[in-house]
Amino acid sequence: MAIRIEIASKQSDSRATVRKKKLQALGFDSKIQEVTLVDVYTIDKKLSKKELSQVAEILTNPVTQHYSFIHFLSPRKFTYAIEIGYLPGVTDNVATTAKEMIEDLLKRKFIGHEQVYTSQITFIDGKIRGEEVKKITDTLYNPLIQRAKILSSSQFQKNKGMGVEVPRVKIDLSKKVDEVNLEVSDEELAVIGKAGIKSSDGTRRGPLALDLTFMKAIRDYFKKKKRHPTDMELESIAQTWSEHCKHTIFADPIDEIKQGLFKIYIQAATEKIRKKKGKKDICVSVFQDNSGAIVFDEQYLVTDKVETHNSPSALDPFGGSITGIVGVNRDAIGFGLGAKPIVNRYGFCFADPLDTKPLYKGANLTQKMLSPRRIMNGVIDGVNSGGNCSGIPTPQGFVVFNDGYKGKPLVFVGTLGLIPKKISGHKTYEKKARPGDYVVMIGGRVGQDGIHGATFSSESMDSGSPATAVQIGDPITQKKLSDALVKEARDLDLYNSVTDNGAGGLSCSVAEMAKESGGCFVKLDDVPLKYPGLSPWQIWVSESQERMTLAVPKKKWKKFAELMERRGVEATIIGQFNDSGDCVVKYQGKKIMDVDMKFLHDGLPKRPMITTYAPPHYPEPQFSPPKNLTKILLDMLSRQNIASFEFISQQYDHEVQGGAVLKPLQGKGRVNADASIMRPVLNSQKGVVISQALHPWYSAIDTYHMAACSIDAAIRQSVAAGADIEKLALLDNFCWCSSTEAERLGQLKRAAKACYDYALVYETPFISGKDSMFNDFKGYDHTGKPVKISVPPTLLISTIGVIDDSAQVVSLDLKFPGDLLYVLGETNDELGASEYYQQMSDGKNQYVGNSVPQVNAQKNIKRYKAFHKAVEKGLVVSAISVNRGGLAAALAKTAMAGQLGIEVSLKKALGKFSRDDYGLFSESQGRMVVSINPKNKFVFEKVMQGTIFTQIGKVRADGQFVIKSKNGRVIVKTNVKRMLKEYKKTFRDY
Amino acid sequence: MVKPRVLIMAGYGLNCESETKFAFETAGAKADIIHINDLIAGLAKLKNYQIMAFPGGFSYGDDTGSGNAYANRLRNHLWLKLTSFVKNDKLVIGICNGFQILVNLGLLPALNKRYGKREVALVHNDSARYTVRWVDLKVINQSPWLMNMTTLSLPIAHGEGRFYADNQVMQKLNEKKLIALKYVKGEIYKAQQLPSNPNGALQDIAGITDESGRIFGLMPHPERAIFFTHLPHWTLLKETYLREGKNLPTNGPGLQIFQNAVNYFQK
Repeated sequence: MAIRIEIASKQSDSRATVRKKKLQALGFDSKIQEVTLVDVYTIDKKLSKKELSQVAEILTNPVTQHYSFIHFLSPRKFTYAIEIGYLPGVTDNVATTAKEMIEDLLKRKFIGHEQVYTSQITFIDGKIRGEEVKKITDTLYNPLIQRAKILSSSQFQKNKGMGVEVPRVKIDLSKKVDEVNLEVSDEELAVIGKAGIKSSDGTRRGPLALDLTFMKAIRDYFKKKKRHPTDMELESIAQTWSEHCKHTIFADPIDEIKQGLFKIYIQAATEKIRKKKGKKDICVSVFQDNSGAIVFDEQYLVTDKVETHNSPSALDPFGGSITGIVGVNRDAIGFGLGAKPIVNRYGFCFADPLDTKPLYKGANLTQKMLSPRRIMNGVIDGVNSGGNCSGIPTPQGFVVFNDGYKGKPLVFVGTLGLIPKKISGHKTYEKKARPGDYVVMIGGRVGQDGIHGATFSSESMDSGSPATAVQIGDPITQKKLSDALVKEARDLDLYNSVTDNGAGGLSCSVAEMAKESGGCFVKLDDVPLKYPGLSPWQIWVSESQERMTLAVPKKKWKKFAELMERRGVEATIIGQFNDSGDCVVKYQGKKIMDVDMKFLHDGLPKRPMITTYAPPHYPEPQFSPPKNLTKILLDMLSRQNIASFEFISQQYDHEVQGGAVLKPLQGKGRVNADASIMRPVLNSQKGVVISQALHPWYSAIDTYHMAACSIDAAIRQSVAAGADIEKLALLDNFCWCSSTEAERLGQLKRAAKACYDYALVYETPFISGKDSMFNDFKGYDHTGKPVKISVPPTLLISTIGVIDDSAQVVSLDLKFPGDLLYVLGETNDELGASEYYQQMSDGKNQYVGNSVPQVNAQKNIKRYKAFHKAVEKGLVVSAISVNRGGLAAALAKTAMAGQLGIEVSLKKALGKFSRDDYGLFSESQGRMVVSINPKNKFVFEKVMQGTIFTQIGKVRADGQFVIKSKNGRVIVKTNVKRMLKEYKKTFRDY
Repeated sequence: MVKPRVLIMAGYGLNCESETKFAFETAGAKADIIHINDLIAGLAKLKNYQIMAFPGGFSYGDDTGSGNAYANRLRNHLWLKLTSFVKNDKLVIGICNGFQILVNLGLLPALNKRYGKREVALVHNDSARYTVRWVDLKVINQSPWLMNMTTLSLPIAHGEGRFYADNQVMQKLNEKKLIALKYVKGEIYKAQQLPSNPNGALQDIAGITDESGRIFGLMPHPERAIFFTHLPHWTLLKETYLREGKNLPTNGPGLQIFQNAVNYFQK
């Protein structure tokens, strides 16, 4: 019988204090008097009394805690006790550690069903009623992954505690492999593709996300083979052909572009740039591996990859984002023969956290979605846990808010890696599984978690979205794996190839690597499982986390296996690579999959797409210039899209690995920066600069300019920090919506065209990218009315670059009174979809306008290059790029960061703007605000000669922030202290 | 001169071993990163080293309390070797998670040399959140690790760094002068206006030593402060020095700690 060890704090427990504050803030205020926490370990293993005491002792800190496994622990006075634990099969990292500790202590393994489970009791003392305690409980747990039990104090006493619960996984799925008859009507074929294979009980197994064209191709293939496909084969093909894996929308013909958007616009740009740059080409590996790679120095490459984890984050924000970040780490570990993850980046697109109107997946107000605030908190926590636990600095990121992200948030996560170019004479960025190599799976075990992740994210979210798509990451299991691979096994030359087990699990990773050798054979019985009872197809497609697949040569297996064992990493041979041309899987002695590699990878028919495009037209906003522009600016600084998100930067470790140079919060005022710089090799002065930008707002007017602005801003932000544009590369992440609609595809085509046009002029190659094409939510609003919420077409552009001297870089804070302030670039009447128009909108008028900012890359590149010369000469004291909120916001940020005032005049600003407020808030691209030492005025201006730039004022010592209009009138007058208060208030209590 | 040898522990989620090695080697030591399992298996010998370092990280993901599980593994397999090491004239440092491991092992503060008894704790920050920022520190005692130092600024990065002990132990720590570092208001405080005590630590304690002063644990990360460019306000300092016609420093404030350790064996 299972035994509960309960552990309570003897002294004040800050977790409880903080939880009390949070619950009080939900509107319970003084109703909640006290919150007490008790941690519970439920141990499902036979132990003697003595052993139990020993176990309890190692799980308890005697200085601050006490335990009991005989009596239940509770505070003297409480109204309700709420116990929250995980549902069966959900990753429970603390329990895994506790189990390991117990095994290490007792020198006895847990066998069969023996297991440890953790849970936590929240005792609440206060004047709360039954309904209220339910509401409180709802905020404490997520029913998709957790269970909750509520007892009143009297029930608790009567019951003698919470009672023992063992969330053991009880599944007994049919291990039989079913044949699926595809010789059915087109209607039925379509249903199989959409809702999944029918199980014997009549239920569907979940989306294959295969449309009729694909289903017909599969039917025809098996017709030729003169047999029905097995469920396993169908599931496997569905994974490999998923939008998530094959990116068909970017690959298939679209209008006149027969070779598809990716080849013609993204890849072609990179190829042309590389050719043109010749010897100056920085690219080493583009688009073909888990990450892209550029040259760092003679010895090393840096790799980069940015992923999204949107759908899972909508359902379980913590699990979704932690698996996102830990997953993209594997894109570094899985690059070439394994790169060491050196930097993480993040970017979150959320709905307004103050929006409390719920959404429902199901009709009649069922299947309630999590609130924007819950999603925001959970996503932020997940990256905190994943990044911090993995020992990878996470300096760079952003948060963006828009109502379009209410159905699905966008969660961008990226990881850079470092890899020596050569190890024992051979190139590390090339890999090849050879016939005869063992197929080896290392890391975590396989469970039911993450079934259908790839196919699920290839569809929009509705009531049929599977809950098993949710997973929780285990960063420590992965850290062990990562260290063992990229710090040891790689350098010992113990394997020929490696890739990540991400979307589609083994079905994708093994099939992908089998391309290198020409075929594979897998014995599914040998795959280590978390618990028994999985169907074979589930083992094959499960996306259980923290796993890599390797090709290990037979003669190196012993050494490899020994090393993994010593590092506490499970490694198992599950098959063998060959050159048979087929992917064959056996289970219980029977062949359950036999598909030729060619069909598996290239058998999917092309589906030509037709697009439409009609430029939208909005009424031009008609409002007179506000009288009090000071107030408008102060309000602007507290707007969600401008305000400080210091609370995130301060909880993501950006100093680990010891290479931080330019950090996420800069200056005395700790203002969020747009670019970060770090040194990945500590005995080299060289640095890596990264930045990111996106402008989803502009998509309402024109996705072409939206994309151009994203590219320009991402580049400019890096340049402002000291990057050399000639050593910058780009990554693209398209997050689109409703990508079967001609109009959305028309928007996509325009955005892709802009990527081509602007990358070419800037000569910044794309090295890697990822798309997520169905960020739509179909469900019901708070009144039960059906709604579809689509994200605004979003393109994230990330930059990565190498800096020769990391001591010659620029932070964004003003530094000395009397320094001269310059604006580089032109300010025009470009306020379409600007933050200012949004701010001026009210209940009656929603201002969008049409004057979306347009980028003149030819002019900009000249200026960026001149500016870089100024940086190299040490002339630039501070620099900030002008982004959302325009010149006024940029001036405010650089002043707040330096805690110094300014005095500037719009009269001197270059460009054509018709009104002072437009001059302040226009979002014209290509601009930077720069300060320099007056002593260097002449030299600076000489270096910048021939580009558009102008001095607009000076830095003041007294903290006064003064902007004068075109005709010399003071239109903004405030001080940095006041501005900082506004800038920091929005998320102060997050 | 012979370089002192440093053994830097690794494995199970410790993650600052490389930069800790770099810091020690910059200071003039020879450092090896050793996985705990290799030490247990006898593939490396503790007795060959003069300095033992427990670096920062997230051993076992902080599960069951930060540093607890790793300390347990050490206690189960290496206890005798550890105690024999610390009883000799050797140096031990625990940084952040390493400090948490040392207190859970009872190697710190080890009042009356009772190595193994857990007497102090590092518990959840009062914000109950992982916090990354710089702090100012005052050197309080005379540990060999802190020779010739009075104040310094270093970064912290932890979720469980609030120092706690009961009144009796606190009194002993003060009497025996085992408090090594305290959070104070200094240069960083002036520049960034954050509270001087970042986590609610009792008596602002950031680090302690055992009675010999040779075992030293601290929450801040000196290995992340060995370059001038590590300082959060280095771009401002750089501009200031340039305008004053001064040379730019290359080292950061944390390096001295590693140099002190090297000096201890080279004096």
